[in-house]
Amino acid sequence: MSARRTPTASVLYDAPGPRTRRRIAIASAVTVIVVGAALVLALREFASHGQLDAERWAPFASWPIWSYLLVGLRGTLQAAAVTAVLSAAVGVLLALGRLSRARLVRWPATAYIEVARSLPVLLLIYVTLFGLPRYGIDLPLLWKLVLPLTVANSAAFAEIFRAGILSLPRGQDEAARSLGMSGAQSMRLVVLPQAVRRVTPSVVTQLVSLLKDTSLGYVVAFTELLFRAQVLASYNRLLVQTFLVVTLMYLVVNGLLSALASRLQDASRRRTPTTPDVPLLAAKEIHA
Amino acid sequence: MEALLDNAGPLLQGLLTTLWIAAVSGVGALVLGVLVAAARVSPVPVLRGVAFGYVQLFLNVPLLALLVLFVFALPDVGLLMPLTTTVVVVLVVYEAAYVAEAVRSGVNTVPLGQAEAARALGLTFLQSLRLVVLPQAVRAVVQPLGNVLIALVMNTALAAAVGVVELTSATNKVNLVEAQPIPIFAGAGVLYMLVALTIGLLSGVVERRVAIVR
Repeated sequence: MSARRTPTASVLYDAPGPRTRRRIAIASAVTVIVVGAALVLALREFASHGQLDAERWAPFASWPIWSYLLVGLRGTLQAAAVTAVLSAAVGVLLALGRLSRARLVRWPATAYIEVARSLPVLLLIYVTLFGLPRYGIDLPLLWKLVLPLTVANSAAFAEIFRAGILSLPRGQDEAARSLGMSGAQSMRLVVLPQAVRRVTPSVVTQLVSLLKDTSLGYVVAFTELLFRAQVLASYNRLLVQTFLVVTLMYLVVNGLLSALASRLQDASRRRTPTTPDVPLLAAKEIHA
Repeated sequence: MEALLDNAGPLLQGLLTTLWIAAVSGVGALVLGVLVAAARVSPVPVLRGVAFGYVQLFLNVPLLALLVLFVFALPDVGLLMPLTTTVVVVLVVYEAAYVAEAVRSGVNTVPLGQAEAARALGLTFLQSLRLVVLPQAVRAVVQPLGNVLIALVMNTALAAAVGVVELTSATNKVNLVEAQPIPIFAGAGVLYMLVALTIGLLSGVVERRVAIVR
Protein backbone atom coordinates (compact mmCIF):
# COMPACT_ATOMS: atom_id res chain seq x y z
CA MET A 1 0.00 0.00 0.00
CA SER A 2 2.64 2.49 1.00
CA ALA A 3 4.88 1.19 -1.76
CA ARG A 4 2.09 1.99 -4.19
CA ARG A 5 1.48 5.44 -2.85
CA THR A 6 5.03 6.65 -3.41
CA PRO A 7 6.26 4.31 -6.10
CA THR A 8 9.53 6.00 -7.07
CA ALA A 9 10.42 7.32 -3.66
CA SER A 10 10.68 3.87 -2.16
CA VAL A 11 12.50 2.45 -5.17
CA LEU A 12 15.12 5.17 -5.01
CA TYR A 13 16.89 3.21 -2.31
CA ASP A 14 17.12 -0.41 -1.12
CA ALA A 15 16.00 -1.72 2.20
CA PRO A 16 18.89 -0.35 4.24
CA GLY A 17 21.68 -2.68 5.32
CA PRO A 18 23.77 -2.13 8.47
CA ARG A 19 26.06 0.45 6.89
CA THR A 20 23.22 2.43 5.32
CA ARG A 21 21.31 2.30 8.59
CA ARG A 22 24.32 3.84 10.28
CA ARG A 23 24.51 6.55 7.61
CA ILE A 24 20.79 7.25 7.96
CA ALA A 25 21.26 7.57 11.70
CA ILE A 26 24.12 10.02 11.17
CA ALA A 27 22.14 12.03 8.62
CA SER A 28 19.16 12.09 10.99
CA ALA A 29 21.37 13.31 13.82
CA VAL A 30 22.88 16.02 11.59
CA THR A 31 19.40 17.14 10.52
CA VAL A 32 18.18 17.26 14.10
CA ILE A 33 21.27 19.21 15.17
CA VAL A 34 21.02 21.71 12.29
CA VAL A 35 17.27 22.28 12.69
CA GLY A 36 17.65 22.38 16.47
CA ALA A 37 20.51 24.85 16.26
CA ALA A 38 18.47 27.08 13.96
CA LEU A 39 15.56 26.97 16.40
CA VAL A 40 17.81 27.69 19.39
CA LEU A 41 19.41 30.59 17.54
CA ALA A 42 16.00 31.99 16.63
CA LEU A 43 14.73 31.60 20.20
CA ARG A 44 17.86 33.28 21.60
CA GLU A 45 17.34 36.14 19.18
CA PHE A 46 13.72 36.36 20.36
CA ALA A 47 14.77 36.22 24.01
CA SER A 48 17.53 38.81 23.66
CA HIS A 49 14.94 41.28 22.34
CA GLY A 50 12.61 40.42 25.18
CA GLN A 51 10.05 38.85 22.85
CA LEU A 52 9.79 35.68 24.92
CA ASP A 53 8.89 37.53 28.12
CA ALA A 54 5.87 36.06 29.81
CA GLU A 55 3.94 39.33 29.86
CA ARG A 56 4.27 39.59 26.08
CA TRP A 57 2.63 36.20 25.60
CA ALA A 58 0.21 36.22 28.55
CA PRO A 59 -2.46 38.24 26.67
CA PHE A 60 -2.80 35.33 24.25
CA ALA A 61 -3.93 33.11 27.08
CA SER A 62 -6.87 35.43 27.75
CA TRP A 63 -10.30 35.11 26.21
CA PRO A 64 -10.83 38.75 25.08
CA ILE A 65 -7.87 38.58 22.70
CA TRP A 66 -9.03 35.29 21.29
CA SER A 67 -12.60 36.45 20.88
CA TYR A 68 -11.22 39.52 19.09
CA LEU A 69 -9.18 37.37 16.71
CA LEU A 70 -11.98 34.83 16.27
CA VAL A 71 -14.24 37.61 14.97
CA GLY A 72 -11.52 38.10 12.36
CA LEU A 73 -11.49 34.39 11.59
CA ARG A 74 -15.28 34.53 11.15
CA GLY A 75 -14.80 37.36 8.65
CA THR A 76 -12.18 35.29 6.81
CA LEU A 77 -14.48 32.27 6.64
CA GLN A 78 -17.44 34.42 5.62
CA ALA A 79 -15.53 36.10 2.78
CA ALA A 80 -14.10 32.74 1.72
CA ALA A 81 -17.53 31.07 1.73
CA VAL A 82 -19.21 33.80 -0.33
CA THR A 83 -16.29 33.87 -2.78
CA ALA A 84 -16.22 30.07 -3.04
CA VAL A 85 -19.93 29.75 -3.82
CA LEU A 86 -19.89 32.56 -6.38
CA SER A 87 -16.62 31.43 -7.99
CA ALA A 88 -17.76 27.81 -8.26
CA ALA A 89 -21.06 28.81 -9.87
CA VAL A 90 -19.43 31.24 -12.31
CA GLY A 91 -16.61 28.72 -12.84
CA VAL A 92 -19.02 25.99 -14.00
CA LEU A 93 -20.68 28.41 -16.42
CA LEU A 94 -17.29 29.54 -17.76
CA ALA A 95 -16.10 25.95 -18.16
CA LEU A 96 -19.27 25.08 -20.10
CA GLY A 97 -18.81 28.26 -22.12
CA ARG A 98 -15.23 27.42 -23.02
CA LEU A 99 -16.30 23.93 -24.11
CA SER A 100 -19.30 25.23 -26.06
CA ARG A 101 -19.48 24.69 -29.79
CA ALA A 102 -20.82 28.19 -30.40
CA ARG A 103 -17.93 30.56 -31.02
CA LEU A 104 -19.88 33.51 -29.66
CA VAL A 105 -19.89 31.75 -26.30
CA ARG A 106 -16.54 29.99 -26.46
CA TRP A 107 -14.36 32.96 -27.35
CA PRO A 108 -15.54 35.37 -24.65
CA ALA A 109 -15.36 32.61 -22.02
CA THR A 110 -11.83 31.65 -23.12
CA ALA A 111 -10.73 35.29 -23.20
CA TYR A 112 -12.15 35.95 -19.74
CA ILE A 113 -10.44 32.89 -18.24
CA GLU A 114 -7.06 33.67 -19.79
CA VAL A 115 -7.16 37.35 -18.81
CA ALA A 116 -8.40 36.78 -15.26
CA ARG A 117 -5.73 34.14 -14.68
CA SER A 118 -2.89 36.46 -15.54
CA LEU A 119 -3.83 39.45 -13.41
CA PRO A 120 -2.63 39.84 -9.81
CA VAL A 121 -5.54 39.86 -7.36
CA LEU A 122 -4.15 42.97 -5.69
CA LEU A 123 -4.42 44.88 -8.97
CA LEU A 124 -8.10 43.86 -9.18
CA ILE A 125 -8.57 44.96 -5.59
CA TYR A 126 -7.07 48.37 -6.34
CA VAL A 127 -9.50 48.63 -9.26
CA THR A 128 -12.49 48.07 -6.96
CA LEU A 129 -11.00 50.28 -4.25
CA PHE A 130 -9.82 53.24 -6.29
CA GLY A 131 -11.09 52.68 -9.83
CA LEU A 132 -14.79 51.86 -9.53
CA PRO A 133 -15.73 54.64 -7.05
CA ARG A 134 -14.73 57.13 -9.73
CA TYR A 135 -17.56 55.78 -11.87
CA GLY A 136 -19.99 55.99 -8.97
CA ILE A 137 -19.73 52.32 -8.02
CA ASP A 138 -18.92 52.14 -4.33
CA LEU A 139 -19.42 48.60 -3.14
CA PRO A 140 -19.97 47.55 0.48
CA LEU A 141 -16.75 46.52 2.22
CA LEU A 142 -17.31 42.76 1.98
CA TRP A 143 -17.89 43.02 -1.77
CA LYS A 144 -14.78 45.10 -2.30
CA LEU A 145 -12.93 41.97 -1.23
CA VAL A 146 -15.28 39.30 -2.63
CA LEU A 147 -15.71 40.77 -6.12
CA PRO A 148 -12.01 40.82 -7.11
CA LEU A 149 -11.44 37.43 -5.49
CA THR A 150 -14.39 36.02 -7.45
CA VAL A 151 -13.11 37.47 -10.71
CA ALA A 152 -9.78 35.70 -10.17
CA ASN A 153 -11.00 32.44 -8.62
CA SER A 154 -13.89 31.83 -11.04
CA ALA A 155 -11.29 31.52 -13.79
CA ALA A 156 -9.31 29.02 -11.70
CA PHE A 157 -12.46 27.02 -10.92
CA ALA A 158 -13.44 27.10 -14.61
CA GLU A 159 -10.12 25.48 -15.56
CA ILE A 160 -10.54 22.82 -12.87
CA PHE A 161 -14.07 21.93 -13.99
CA ARG A 162 -13.05 21.97 -17.63
CA ALA A 163 -10.24 19.54 -16.88
CA GLY A 164 -12.76 17.32 -15.09
CA ILE A 165 -15.21 17.34 -17.99
CA LEU A 166 -12.43 16.61 -20.49
CA SER A 167 -11.07 13.78 -18.34
CA LEU A 168 -14.36 11.88 -18.58
CA PRO A 169 -14.49 9.14 -21.24
CA ARG A 170 -16.44 10.29 -24.32
CA GLY A 171 -18.58 7.19 -23.96
CA GLN A 172 -20.43 8.75 -21.03
CA ASP A 173 -21.80 11.58 -23.16
CA GLU A 174 -22.35 9.28 -26.15
CA ALA A 175 -24.29 6.78 -24.03
CA ALA A 176 -26.43 9.55 -22.57
CA ARG A 177 -27.14 10.93 -26.06
CA SER A 178 -27.98 7.48 -27.42
CA LEU A 179 -30.54 7.16 -24.63
CA GLY A 180 -32.26 10.15 -26.18
CA MET A 181 -31.01 12.86 -23.85
CA SER A 182 -30.36 16.29 -25.28
CA GLY A 183 -26.88 17.78 -25.06
CA ALA A 184 -27.90 19.90 -22.09
CA GLN A 185 -29.52 16.96 -20.30
CA SER A 186 -26.47 14.78 -20.82
CA MET A 187 -24.21 17.52 -19.49
CA ARG A 188 -26.42 18.22 -16.47
CA LEU A 189 -27.37 14.66 -15.52
CA VAL A 190 -24.43 12.53 -16.66
CA VAL A 191 -21.23 14.43 -17.44
CA LEU A 192 -21.13 17.25 -14.88
CA PRO A 193 -21.93 15.17 -11.77
CA GLN A 194 -19.10 12.76 -12.58
CA ALA A 195 -16.70 15.52 -13.60
CA VAL A 196 -17.30 17.47 -10.39
CA ARG A 197 -16.75 14.34 -8.30
CA ARG A 198 -13.47 13.70 -10.11
CA VAL A 199 -12.07 17.13 -9.43
CA THR A 200 -13.21 17.45 -5.80
CA PRO A 201 -9.61 17.24 -4.47
CA SER A 202 -8.50 20.05 -6.81
CA VAL A 203 -11.54 22.09 -5.78
CA VAL A 204 -10.60 21.75 -2.10
CA THR A 205 -6.99 22.70 -2.92
CA GLN A 206 -8.31 25.77 -4.73
CA LEU A 207 -10.39 26.56 -1.61
CA VAL A 208 -7.18 26.64 0.42
CA SER A 209 -5.69 29.10 -2.05
CA LEU A 210 -8.91 31.14 -1.97
CA LEU A 211 -8.89 31.27 1.81
CA LYS A 212 -5.31 32.50 1.66
CA ASP A 213 -6.40 35.19 -0.79
CA THR A 214 -8.94 36.56 1.69
CA SER A 215 -5.97 37.85 3.70
CA LEU A 216 -6.04 40.70 1.16
CA GLY A 217 -8.84 42.04 3.37
CA TYR A 218 -5.80 43.57 5.06
CA VAL A 219 -5.60 46.00 2.13
CA VAL A 220 -9.36 46.54 1.86
CA ALA A 221 -9.75 47.08 5.63
CA PHE A 222 -12.38 44.33 5.71
CA THR A 223 -12.59 42.66 9.13
CA GLU A 224 -10.83 39.37 8.46
CA LEU A 225 -8.07 37.63 10.37
CA LEU A 226 -5.00 39.46 9.06
CA PHE A 227 -6.60 42.91 9.19
CA ARG A 228 -7.89 42.18 12.68
CA ALA A 229 -4.36 41.14 13.67
CA GLN A 230 -2.96 44.38 12.32
CA VAL A 231 -5.48 46.44 14.30
CA LEU A 232 -4.77 44.39 17.41
CA ALA A 233 -0.99 44.72 16.97
CA SER A 234 -1.14 48.47 16.51
CA TYR A 235 -3.15 48.63 19.73
CA ASN A 236 -1.16 46.30 22.00
CA ARG A 237 2.24 46.74 20.27
CA LEU A 238 2.79 42.96 20.39
CA LEU A 239 3.59 42.71 16.69
CA VAL A 240 5.70 39.56 16.77
CA GLN A 241 3.33 37.63 19.02
CA THR A 242 0.14 38.70 17.24
CA PHE A 243 1.35 37.90 13.75
CA LEU A 244 2.88 34.58 14.83
CA VAL A 245 -0.42 33.57 16.45
CA VAL A 246 -2.35 34.57 13.34
CA THR A 247 0.07 32.66 11.11
CA LEU A 248 -0.59 29.60 13.26
CA MET A 249 -4.35 30.14 13.00
CA TYR A 250 -4.12 30.20 9.20
CA LEU A 251 -1.95 27.10 9.35
CA VAL A 252 -4.51 25.19 11.42
CA VAL A 253 -7.57 26.16 9.35
CA ASN A 254 -5.89 25.60 5.99
CA GLY A 255 -4.07 22.51 7.24
CA LEU A 256 -7.45 20.96 8.04
CA LEU A 257 -8.68 21.83 4.53
CA SER A 258 -5.51 20.42 2.94
CA ALA A 259 -5.83 17.24 4.97
CA LEU A 260 -9.40 16.94 3.70
CA ALA A 261 -8.12 17.38 0.13
CA SER A 262 -5.56 14.60 0.43
CA ARG A 263 -8.12 12.29 2.08
CA LEU A 264 -10.50 12.90 -0.79
CA GLN A 265 -7.65 12.20 -3.20
CA ASP A 266 -6.87 8.87 -1.54
CA ALA A 267 -10.57 7.99 -1.46
CA SER A 268 -11.04 8.70 -5.15
CA ARG A 269 -7.91 6.71 -5.97
CA ARG A 270 -9.31 3.75 -4.09
CA ARG A 271 -12.60 4.05 -5.98
CA THR A 272 -10.96 4.01 -9.40
CA PRO A 273 -11.10 0.55 -10.91
CA THR A 274 -7.81 -1.33 -10.92
CA THR A 275 -5.89 -0.89 -14.13
CA PRO A 276 -5.61 -4.09 -16.15
CA ASP A 277 -1.81 -4.25 -16.09
CA VAL A 278 -1.78 -4.79 -12.34
CA PRO A 279 -1.81 -8.52 -11.57
CA LEU A 280 -4.94 -9.71 -9.81
CA LEU A 281 -3.07 -10.79 -6.69
CA ALA A 282 -1.41 -7.44 -6.30
CA ALA A 283 -4.74 -5.73 -6.83
CA LYS A 284 -6.28 -7.77 -4.03
CA GLU A 285 -3.38 -6.92 -1.79
CA ILE A 286 -3.86 -3.23 -2.50
CA HIS A 287 -7.52 -3.28 -1.65
CA ALA A 288 -6.99 -5.34 1.50
CA MET B 1 -4.44 56.66 -23.28
CA GLU B 2 -2.69 59.97 -22.76
CA ALA B 3 -2.63 59.41 -19.01
CA LEU B 4 -0.87 56.15 -19.72
CA LEU B 5 1.76 57.62 -22.04
CA ASP B 6 2.42 60.59 -19.77
CA ASN B 7 3.24 58.23 -16.94
CA ALA B 8 5.11 55.61 -18.90
CA GLY B 9 8.21 56.39 -16.84
CA PRO B 10 6.98 55.39 -13.36
CA LEU B 11 4.99 52.47 -14.79
CA LEU B 12 7.99 51.02 -16.61
CA GLN B 13 10.11 51.61 -13.52
CA GLY B 14 7.52 49.61 -11.57
CA LEU B 15 7.55 46.89 -14.21
CA LEU B 16 11.34 46.67 -13.94
CA THR B 17 11.11 46.30 -10.14
CA THR B 18 8.45 43.59 -10.57
CA LEU B 19 10.60 41.73 -13.09
CA TRP B 20 13.72 42.06 -10.96
CA ILE B 21 12.01 40.76 -7.81
CA ALA B 22 10.38 37.96 -9.80
CA ALA B 23 13.64 36.95 -11.49
CA VAL B 24 15.74 36.85 -8.33
CA SER B 25 13.13 35.07 -6.23
CA GLY B 26 12.29 32.76 -9.13
CA VAL B 27 15.87 31.49 -9.33
CA GLY B 28 16.08 31.20 -5.55
CA ALA B 29 12.75 29.34 -5.33
CA LEU B 30 13.77 26.88 -8.06
CA VAL B 31 17.04 26.01 -6.28
CA LEU B 32 15.52 25.77 -2.80
CA GLY B 33 12.48 23.94 -4.12
CA VAL B 34 14.56 21.22 -5.80
CA LEU B 35 16.54 20.78 -2.57
CA VAL B 36 13.33 20.47 -0.54
CA ALA B 37 11.94 17.98 -3.05
CA ALA B 38 15.16 15.94 -2.78
CA ALA B 39 14.81 15.96 1.01
CA ARG B 40 11.20 14.78 0.70
CA VAL B 41 12.20 11.61 -1.17
CA SER B 42 15.36 10.93 0.83
CA PRO B 43 15.80 7.75 2.90
CA VAL B 44 16.31 9.83 6.05
CA PRO B 45 12.96 9.95 7.90
CA VAL B 46 13.83 13.11 9.85
CA LEU B 47 14.78 14.95 6.68
CA ARG B 48 11.57 13.80 5.02
CA GLY B 49 9.59 15.05 8.00
CA VAL B 50 11.29 18.44 8.01
CA ALA B 51 10.71 18.86 4.26
CA PHE B 52 7.08 17.80 4.63
CA GLY B 53 6.55 20.30 7.44
CA TYR B 54 8.21 23.02 5.37
CA VAL B 55 5.95 22.40 2.38
CA GLN B 56 2.80 22.20 4.50
CA LEU B 57 3.67 25.42 6.33
CA PHE B 58 4.11 27.51 3.21
CA LEU B 59 1.29 25.88 1.26
CA ASN B 60 -1.17 26.79 4.00
CA VAL B 61 -0.14 30.22 5.26
CA PRO B 62 -1.08 33.27 3.15
CA LEU B 63 1.86 35.01 1.52
CA LEU B 64 0.58 38.37 2.72
CA ALA B 65 0.60 37.18 6.35
CA LEU B 66 4.24 36.11 5.91
CA LEU B 67 5.16 39.41 4.26
CA VAL B 68 3.55 41.39 7.09
CA LEU B 69 5.26 39.17 9.67
CA PHE B 70 8.70 39.58 8.09
CA VAL B 71 8.43 43.26 7.16
CA PHE B 72 6.69 44.70 10.22
CA ALA B 73 7.12 42.22 13.08
CA LEU B 74 10.48 40.48 12.75
CA PRO B 75 12.52 43.72 12.92
CA ASP B 76 11.44 43.59 16.58
CA VAL B 77 13.63 40.53 17.06
CA GLY B 78 16.56 42.07 15.23
CA LEU B 79 15.86 40.69 11.75
CA LEU B 80 16.17 43.91 9.81
CA MET B 81 16.92 43.76 6.10
CA PRO B 82 16.28 46.21 3.26
CA LEU B 83 12.61 46.07 2.23
CA THR B 84 13.14 44.56 -1.21
CA THR B 85 15.52 41.94 0.18
CA THR B 86 12.93 40.93 2.78
CA VAL B 87 10.28 40.57 0.08
CA VAL B 88 12.61 38.47 -2.07
CA VAL B 89 13.49 36.20 0.88
CA VAL B 90 9.81 35.67 1.73
CA LEU B 91 8.94 34.99 -1.91
CA VAL B 92 11.81 32.48 -2.20
CA VAL B 93 10.83 30.42 0.85
CA TYR B 94 7.11 30.65 -0.05
CA GLU B 95 7.35 29.67 -3.72
CA ALA B 96 9.98 27.02 -3.00
CA ALA B 97 7.21 24.97 -1.38
CA TYR B 98 5.24 25.06 -4.66
CA VAL B 99 8.36 24.23 -6.68
CA ALA B 100 9.02 21.30 -4.33
CA GLU B 101 5.49 19.97 -4.84
CA ALA B 102 5.85 20.26 -8.62
CA VAL B 103 9.25 18.53 -8.66
CA ARG B 104 8.03 15.77 -6.34
CA SER B 105 5.16 15.02 -8.71
CA GLY B 106 7.84 14.90 -11.41
CA VAL B 107 9.85 12.37 -9.40
CA ASN B 108 6.75 10.18 -9.37
CA THR B 109 6.64 10.18 -13.18
CA VAL B 110 10.17 8.79 -13.55
CA PRO B 111 9.79 5.10 -14.41
CA LEU B 112 10.83 2.66 -11.70
CA GLY B 113 13.36 1.07 -14.06
CA GLN B 114 15.42 4.27 -14.14
CA ALA B 115 16.08 4.28 -10.42
CA GLU B 116 16.53 0.50 -10.38
CA ALA B 117 19.05 0.72 -13.21
CA ALA B 118 20.91 3.50 -11.40
CA ARG B 119 21.15 1.34 -8.30
CA ALA B 120 22.13 -1.69 -10.29
CA LEU B 121 25.05 0.34 -11.70
CA GLY B 122 26.17 0.96 -8.15
CA LEU B 123 25.22 4.62 -7.88
CA THR B 124 24.64 5.82 -4.35
CA PHE B 125 21.33 7.40 -3.43
CA LEU B 126 22.64 10.94 -3.90
CA GLN B 127 24.26 10.03 -7.21
CA SER B 128 21.14 8.37 -8.59
CA LEU B 129 19.04 11.32 -7.44
CA ARG B 130 21.40 13.90 -8.90
CA LEU B 131 22.38 12.16 -12.12
CA VAL B 132 19.35 10.06 -13.01
CA VAL B 133 16.12 10.85 -11.21
CA LEU B 134 16.04 14.63 -10.67
CA PRO B 135 17.07 15.60 -14.23
CA GLN B 136 14.24 13.50 -15.61
CA ALA B 137 11.82 14.68 -12.92
CA VAL B 138 12.48 18.36 -13.63
CA ARG B 139 12.17 17.81 -17.38
CA ALA B 140 8.76 16.26 -16.82
CA VAL B 141 7.41 19.26 -14.92
CA VAL B 142 8.63 22.21 -17.02
CA GLN B 143 5.05 23.33 -17.69
CA PRO B 144 3.94 23.15 -14.02
CA LEU B 145 7.12 24.99 -13.01
CA GLY B 146 6.21 27.66 -15.58
CA ASN B 147 2.84 27.97 -13.87
CA VAL B 148 4.57 28.35 -10.50
CA LEU B 149 6.71 31.14 -11.97
CA ILE B 150 3.63 32.87 -13.39
CA ALA B 151 2.01 32.65 -9.94
CA LEU B 152 5.24 34.08 -8.53
CA VAL B 153 4.99 37.12 -10.82
CA MET B 154 1.35 37.62 -9.75
CA ASN B 155 2.44 37.29 -6.11
CA THR B 156 5.11 39.98 -6.42
CA ALA B 157 2.13 42.37 -6.52
CA LEU B 158 1.62 41.68 -2.81
CA ALA B 159 4.91 43.51 -2.21
CA ALA B 160 2.86 46.64 -2.93
CA ALA B 161 0.88 45.98 0.25
CA VAL B 162 4.04 46.25 2.35
CA GLY B 163 5.38 49.31 0.59
CA VAL B 164 7.51 48.19 -2.36
CA VAL B 165 6.85 50.37 -5.40
CA GLU B 166 6.51 47.71 -8.06
CA LEU B 167 4.09 47.64 -10.99
CA THR B 168 0.83 47.35 -9.01
CA SER B 169 1.87 50.02 -6.52
CA ALA B 170 3.14 52.34 -9.27
CA THR B 171 -0.13 51.87 -11.17
CA ASN B 172 -2.13 52.76 -8.08
CA LYS B 173 -0.03 55.85 -7.47
CA VAL B 174 -0.36 57.04 -11.05
CA ASN B 175 -4.11 56.49 -10.87
CA LEU B 176 -4.42 58.48 -7.66
CA VAL B 177 -2.84 61.44 -9.45
CA GLU B 178 -4.45 61.09 -12.87
CA ALA B 179 -7.81 59.67 -11.73
CA GLN B 180 -8.28 57.76 -14.97
CA PRO B 181 -8.64 54.20 -13.74
CA ILE B 182 -9.68 52.48 -16.96
CA PRO B 183 -6.66 53.22 -19.19
CA ILE B 184 -4.15 53.06 -16.33
CA PHE B 185 -5.26 49.78 -14.77
CA ALA B 186 -5.85 48.26 -18.20
CA GLY B 187 -2.31 49.25 -19.15
CA ALA B 188 -0.88 47.56 -16.07
CA GLY B 189 -3.06 44.52 -16.72
CA VAL B 190 -1.71 44.24 -20.25
CA LEU B 191 1.87 44.41 -18.93
CA TYR B 192 1.17 41.59 -16.42
CA MET B 193 -0.49 39.54 -19.16
CA LEU B 194 2.51 40.03 -21.43
CA VAL B 195 4.84 38.80 -18.68
CA ALA B 196 2.62 35.78 -17.98
CA LEU B 197 2.30 35.07 -21.70
CA THR B 198 6.08 35.25 -22.15
CA ILE B 199 6.72 32.81 -19.31
CA GLY B 200 4.00 30.51 -20.67
CA LEU B 201 5.46 30.54 -24.18
CA LEU B 202 9.04 30.14 -22.90
CA SER B 203 8.11 27.17 -20.74
CA GLY B 204 6.34 25.68 -23.77
CA VAL B 205 9.51 26.07 -25.86
CA VAL B 206 11.74 24.70 -23.10
CA GLU B 207 9.39 21.78 -22.55
CA ARG B 208 9.45 20.80 -26.23
CA ARG B 209 13.23 20.95 -26.14
CA VAL B 210 13.85 18.89 -23.04
CA ALA B 211 10.78 16.66 -22.84
CA ILE B 212 11.51 12.96 -22.74
CA VAL B 213 9.21 11.07 -25.06
CA ARG B 214 8.24 7.80 -23.42
